[in-house]
Amino acid sequence: MIEIHNIEKSFDGNPVLKGISCTFETGKCNLLLGGSGTGKSVLLQCVVGLMQPDLGSITFDGTVFSNNKVQVRQEIRRKIGMLFQGSALFDSMTVAKNVEFPLEMLTPEMSREERRDRVEFCLKRVGLENAGDKMPSEISGGMKKRVGIARAIAPNCTYLFCDEPNSGLDPLTSLKIDELIQEITYEYNITTVIITHDMNSVIEIGDHIIFLYKGLKLWDGTKDEILNAQVPELKEFIFSSSLVRAAKRIDDETHSGVASL
Amino acid sequence: MVKSFGQFLLFMQSMLVRKERFTVLWRRTIDECVTIGVNSIFIVAIVSAFIGAVTCVQIAYNLTNPLIPKSTIGYMVREMTILELAPTITSIVLAGKVGSSIAGSLGTMRITEQVSALEVMGINSASYLVLPRILGAILMFPLLVVLAMALSIIGGYLAGSLTGSISAQEYIEGIRTDFIPYNIFFALVKSVVFAFLVSAISAFKGYYTDGGALEVGTASTTAVNNSIIAILIADFALAAILL
Ligand SMILES: Nc1ncnc2c1ncn2[C@@H]1O[C@H](COP(=O)(O)OP(=O)(O)OP(=O)(O)O)[C@@H](O)[C@H]1O
Ligand SMILES: [Mg+2]
Repeated sequence: MIEIHNIEKSFDGNPVLKGISCTFETGKCNLLLGGSGTGKSVLLQCVVGLMQPDLGSITFDGTVFSNNKVQVRQEIRRKIGMLFQGSALFDSMTVAKNVEFPLEMLTPEMSREERRDRVEFCLKRVGLENAGDKMPSEISGGMKKRVGIARAIAPNCTYLFCDEPNSGLDPLTSLKIDELIQEITYEYNITTVIITHDMNSVIEIGDHIIFLYKGLKLWDGTKDEILNAQVPELKEFIFSSSLVRAAKRIDDETHSGVASL
Repeated sequence: MVKSFGQFLLFMQSMLVRKERFTVLWRRTIDECVTIGVNSIFIVAIVSAFIGAVTCVQIAYNLTNPLIPKSTIGYMVREMTILELAPTITSIVLAGKVGSSIAGSLGTMRITEQVSALEVMGINSASYLVLPRILGAILMFPLLVVLAMALSIIGGYLAGSLTGSISAQEYIEGIRTDFIPYNIFFALVKSVVFAFLVSAISAFKGYYTDGGALEVGTASTTAVNNSIIAILIADFALAAILL
């Protein structure tokens, strides 16, 4: 479990995060939902330590992360896997080398064979067992995301962070990526945090949803609760999706519970 | 100016704390030696051979006084190339080739979040990405400069013989006159200093790129500009101190 307490961050006097407190639960897909520019990526970067928050604390399973000693932070970072918005694969290395990279750097005690087996296992897990020898420039955006996931889970991460895993993907591919992340989360009982503004993802995998609006947390709850949330900003956000509007209408007309899925 | 110099020093320091394992550093340095050194042999060879040739022909053109022996041409070609042309021109050529490639590749890694990906894994990206490039440059520049010295002298020899402005025998006599080994040492010191300047400045510019593809281009150009200016200033300073 990751606990975030009263995080504040501003750039040149412009407040971006204005005191956010929330928890990301273990074994669940925690979704950070919010419009563009509400500070989702900034919050995630603070959590993984790419940025220092101005104020507030972040705790990983009881261990304070922010402002702690370098060794402690390093220890926690080794358990973090992250999928970046643009995949961020190392483009000078093959797909297999990309996945092997964190193993090579972080677990020198692993033998070459063990590493190769692990790479093979991870690539297979994301359905790319035949793409190991390709270069990142030779594969599609959806495949890159998969490789990014494989790289993130290769060193047995305890915390998985995904910044918009399905931006720029077609609905079917993005559904598959969502399902993959969800399966991995349940299978290894890890703490997964996903940034999204896609209502499909929310309804598909939102075990725990945190809604951000202009640097504040306005609401949190589950996917079953979200359609009945009474926060105007959240309602506006949800019902801007025409699919959700249609589902809600059918639901209201027939009382069949479609919208709660 | 002062602020970015301070930033530069901090960058150099961050590179030296929390280093990676020696084997990793070694492997990365060898990789960089290949990109920096081997891939630059061709351009360095062309440039230095022609510089030697042109120097020889022009000195021959200027030396019309019959009292000065022709072998002086060979002597002057040797002195000019070893002391100044080989190390400085080679380094300026390399500033264009190596500097822009270092700044461009680091800048691209920065804007595509590859640098962040390293940081999240708990790797010191500055030491992983930059230190091997600087070490690679420091190892390769002197070798390339030695190559350039040899090729300029050979270039001068060929040009002299082909144009008939100096005979092979006179040229060889000239390049063997009053040889000072210290000059070679001085040139190598220069090349090491230039290697550090080019690689560190370009890495600094590339590493702190922020924005998009346009900024990567700007970073490359600034890296080359600043490296060349730094080379020329250092060239003057070293000549004043060491000669
Ligand atoms: N390094 C930075 N320097 C200055 N301002 C920044 C920086 N990073 C983010 N910001 C600002 O913080 C605000 C929030 O940005 P952020 O990237 O977190 O948005 P987001 O919620 O992730 O949006 P999106 O869904 O479009 O990715 C933006 O207004 C942005 O201008
Ligand atoms: Mg974002």
